[in-house]
Amino acid sequence: MNIPMEQGLLLAAVLFCIGLGGVLLRRDIIFMLLSIEVMLNAAGLAFIVAGAKWGQADGQVMFIFILTMAAAEVSVGLALIIQMFMKFKSIDTDVASTMNG
Amino acid sequence: MILVWLIILLMGCGSLAWLSGRWSSTLPRIISLAGITIQVVTIISFLMQYKQHSGWIVSYTHSWMPSFGIQIKMAADGLSLLMLLLTSLLGIISVLISWKEINEQVGFFHFNLMFVLAGITGVFVALDLFLFYFSWEVMLVPMYFLISIWGNENKTYAAYKFFLFTQGSGLLMFLSILGLYFIHGHSTGVFTFDYEQLIGTKMTPQTAFVLMIGFVIAFIVKLSTVPFHSWLPDAHTQAPTAGSVILAGLLLKTGAYGLIRFVLPLFPLASHQFAPVAMALGVISILYGAKLAFAQTDIKRLVAYISVSHMGFILLGIYAFNEIAMQGVVMQMIAHGISTAALFIIAGVLHDRIKTRDIDQMGGLWLTVPKMGAMGLIFVLASLGLPGLGNFIAEILILFGSFFANEPLTIIATFGLVAATIYSLRIMQKIFYGKERTQWKVADLSIREMAIMLSLTTVIIWLGIFPSSVLDISRKPVQNIIEEVNGARINTEIQHYSHIEKKGDNCSINLAVFKDNTAHIKK
Amino acid sequence: MKELLWLIVALPLAGALLLTLAGKRLPRLAIAFIGVGSVTFAAILAIVVGLDFLHGNAAGIPYEQFLWQWINVGGFSPNVAFNLDTVSLTFIFVITFVGALIHLYSAQFMWKEDGYARFFIYMNLFVAFMLVLVLADNMLLMYMGWEGVGVCSYLLIGFWYKDPANGYAARKAFIVTRIGDTAMAIGLFILFITYHTLNIHDVLAAAPGKWPVGSSIAVTTALLLLCGGVGKSAQLPLQTWLPDAMAGPSPVSALIHSATMVTAGVYLISRTHVLFELAPIAQNATAIIGAITLLMAGVAALNQHDIKKVLAYSTISQIGYMFLALGVGAWSAAIFHFMIHAFFKALLFLGAGAVILVMNDEHNMFKMGGLWKKLPITFWTFLIGAGSLTALPLLTAGFYSKDKILWLAYSSDRGSVWLWLAGLTGTFITALYTFRMVFIVFFGKTKGEPTYRPGIFMTIPLVVLGLLSLGAGFIELPDNIGHVTLLSDFIEKTLPATMVMRYGNNIELLFQIIAAMVAIGGVATAYVYYFNKPFPAAEPERTKLQNFFYKGWDFDLLYNTIIVRPVVFLSRIDKNDCIDRCYTGIAALTLTLHKLFSTTQNGKLRTYATVVAIGAIVILTIIFYL
Repeated sequence: MNIPMEQGLLLAAVLFCIGLGGVLLRRDIIFMLLSIEVMLNAAGLAFIVAGAKWGQADGQVMFIFILTMAAAEVSVGLALIIQMFMKFKSIDTDVASTMNG
Repeated sequence: MILVWLIILLMGCGSLAWLSGRWSSTLPRIISLAGITIQVVTIISFLMQYKQHSGWIVSYTHSWMPSFGIQIKMAADGLSLLMLLLTSLLGIISVLISWKEINEQVGFFHFNLMFVLAGITGVFVALDLFLFYFSWEVMLVPMYFLISIWGNENKTYAAYKFFLFTQGSGLLMFLSILGLYFIHGHSTGVFTFDYEQLIGTKMTPQTAFVLMIGFVIAFIVKLSTVPFHSWLPDAHTQAPTAGSVILAGLLLKTGAYGLIRFVLPLFPLASHQFAPVAMALGVISILYGAKLAFAQTDIKRLVAYISVSHMGFILLGIYAFNEIAMQGVVMQMIAHGISTAALFIIAGVLHDRIKTRDIDQMGGLWLTVPKMGAMGLIFVLASLGLPGLGNFIAEILILFGSFFANEPLTIIATFGLVAATIYSLRIMQKIFYGKERTQWKVADLSIREMAIMLSLTTVIIWLGIFPSSVLDISRKPVQNIIEEVNGARINTEIQHYSHIEKKGDNCSINLAVFKDNTAHIKK
Repeated sequence: MKELLWLIVALPLAGALLLTLAGKRLPRLAIAFIGVGSVTFAAILAIVVGLDFLHGNAAGIPYEQFLWQWINVGGFSPNVAFNLDTVSLTFIFVITFVGALIHLYSAQFMWKEDGYARFFIYMNLFVAFMLVLVLADNMLLMYMGWEGVGVCSYLLIGFWYKDPANGYAARKAFIVTRIGDTAMAIGLFILFITYHTLNIHDVLAAAPGKWPVGSSIAVTTALLLLCGGVGKSAQLPLQTWLPDAMAGPSPVSALIHSATMVTAGVYLISRTHVLFELAPIAQNATAIIGAITLLMAGVAALNQHDIKKVLAYSTISQIGYMFLALGVGAWSAAIFHFMIHAFFKALLFLGAGAVILVMNDEHNMFKMGGLWKKLPITFWTFLIGAGSLTALPLLTAGFYSKDKILWLAYSSDRGSVWLWLAGLTGTFITALYTFRMVFIVFFGKTKGEPTYRPGIFMTIPLVVLGLLSLGAGFIELPDNIGHVTLLSDFIEKTLPATMVMRYGNNIELLFQIIAAMVAIGGVATAYVYYFNKPFPAAEPERTKLQNFFYKGWDFDLLYNTIIVRPVVFLSRIDKNDCIDRCYTGIAALTLTLHKLFSTTQNGKLRTYATVVAIGAIVILTIIFYL
């Protein structure tokens, strides 16, 4: 059965907002990374829905791009988190605020 | 060509001084002294040869950035040469006075000193407005370094304040220069910064007034008129002695020179409109400066406020627009330069010896340092306007001249003479007379210091008894400027009727008006 | 010979210059020689030049000597030029002659003091400036002399600089006189703007044509010049500086504050007499000021205990007489009295100085007494001076000069009976305080022993001045006693004769007798109250009223409250310049804004992300919907 595009895009939008909320409101750097993943996947879902509407494979290709990019980004991000933990002994982002004033 | 060489000489000596500072402390001093002495000799030789010249005595033109209409155009007439003479004289004095006082980074100190003098020389001879502004800014930066590196306890604050005040007001002047440049360009099609071509630019009176305000603010801030005088006490107090001498003796005069040379001829009508305000500001400066001088306990701050008061006389005299007052202004520039420099030298010499500037801790010093006392007495009498010394001639000429222009303000200004007495005598009483507060063991003036003071004394007495030697040189330039500022006003009023004068026919008046109206319709 | 006129001024100047350059290295005798010699030679030259001037010049045509062009700017061209006529000749004679005597006296008086050379430098400079004042042919040069004598007076009053009270007195003198000078300067402005010259001769010649009699501009100018004179001559209301000026050494008081500088006002008014005649209100004001001052100062003198203060108030009072004379148009009488006053007042001050010196610096009259036997020459010369001051009839010169003023105060066309009465009362008071002084100091019980007799160089001037105080009056005898008019003829070559309205030899004789009786009556009263009476050796007890008079009618309190304290207060509260607050305010504002904005840089990642998100939403909304 066909799911109307609007519902799919709505789902994507809701997921995006949940992800954005998570990035802005979570203090834990790992949870921020998780929320960014949610945002990325939401964007990917939007692409799939659009691709399904037009009946083209471009949407799914974009999704594969996004997955790849997310993977690369997560690995770099996790490396940075380990460095941050070694320096600040905490994964609270508010602690890493020495560039203030 | 010689004018460019003078500036290059100063800059070259400055650079040499900086370099030689690495090896010896005396070498920079000797190099600087040599450089300025050559300049003094050159200028005196000019003055000797071309006494009653009208117009420019020396001039030099060379194109710099033709696409913008900027040239290196310099010229000196009697007024500029007198200012250059004062520059070189006070330059020698400041090198001599810092001979023993400055002992760190001597090379860089003399580099800055030379560049300040070069900038001042440029200001006094520049005839291209861009070059003038360039020299104006060149004066500022070395002075900032002089204050902030070799200054007294509050040097950073004072240096910043000095720089911000003069830079900010200079920016307004630059906007006015650009405005003038563009208006002249649009009306005649020639975009130029040349002073002589910009005189007589046709502008509406409102535009002229606005542009004039830009210039005036820059010069008034430099001249330290109330209410823009706040930078002066701090800068003068915190600067080293040589810095104070140059600040008080020369930098303030560049403001006055700018008003005389640029504002009055470029904006004659607007100047006439502004005159009552300017004269009132002058009188306020005289009295307010005197009142503040009386209250100070820091000797250098006191002398700084004396400068504010005397500069009020200059502003009063410039805007009186007659020859007597303007000659008084020229005289005051020179006499005040000398007498205030001398007072700062005494303050600096004292500060060197007893490490304090607080007059509440001094007293009864005539006993230990009679020579310093005698010199202090002479220059205190000069600053209160004793006849027989140069300042009296200056003040009396200014007062007589401005009495023609504005009687009530002049009467109020004359009471500045009483105020001058009050603060000047306080200096003598607190420092040299009275009981000894603290048992200071101080050495009297050395031969070098005595030579400086005696030469300044000779000059100030000479100016008081034979002022004609100076006034004759500046007579023609001053008359030219007065003619320009007074004549142009009448010219604009008869502009419409100039062609009628040629025909000398009454009917032609109607014809001219008719022509104007029809010309409007044609467009 | 007349060409040597400039040398009269140059000699004291040269003396001062020489002493400035070499004074430290010269022995005392050399310093004294230079200091005294320069003025003495100037005096001799003055006589020589004067004789040459008068030779073949019966009409008294002025002699002008141009030295150099001082200023020449846009039509304003005062020159350094001297103008010698009978009036300036009289003044030069007095200045140099009395000056030379005083210099001789002070050579011995100041012998033990520090700053011996400094003293003579200042004294010589003073003489030079005073000569410039009276010889100047234009008002700007006269103003130079005017200010110059003010400066020298300041330097000499504060000569003993170690005591701050002396410095205060010196500054007070300078500042108060400067107020008068400022008024005079404004008068000079008006003169220049009207006549385009400051040459005295030209102005006086053009004035009657330019200004109608009684016009407001003439009155304003004359009043301004009067203010200048009032300041310099210590008349009401600027008289407060003279009693304090007694802080200086006695020769200074003798030269400056009795004989010469304080008479500069008299010189000024008589020189510009044409302007005063064009402004009757101003001239009346002169007379009234003179009359009131002479009474006030006389009463104040009556309550002093310091011998020099008595003489100071006496000077104020006597110059009041001169102003009175000027005010009624009695020009030659004023100058006559100036000359005689110079002689006897200098004599009195020198005598007082001698007494103070030998009594170990004791100023209080009540601590002296019985000195007439111990210091005979001083006593006799002092007595002559006192007699001249009191105007003892027929003998003393003072009688002739004061009597002439009294008579003309009544009989001149601008005189009145009130002015005469004021002068007459003044005579009584003068006699009273003068002989009070004489009796307390020289008679009665000896309270303190003089340590030595004054030396020869101090005595000679006393004697010479004594002889002059007796004999100099005979050059001008009134109409009914001999009718000798040497001086008035001399002066009237330059200044106009007095217009006498009411006259008659009988009335004049009656007035003379009244004046003589009043004077003798004053002496008698002093005798009754003060001769050989026991006094406590301290300041006398004073009632409140007497205290008020003692303080010189408490003008000091008045000026202190109205002028001095407010000015000082206003200065002190604004010491740090309230205008500076604007600029430091701008700097403070910038700093505050900086602190405000820097709170946005908190280094927290979440904040930055939030701001980016909100900003993106806002911008996208704006782009898509606007």
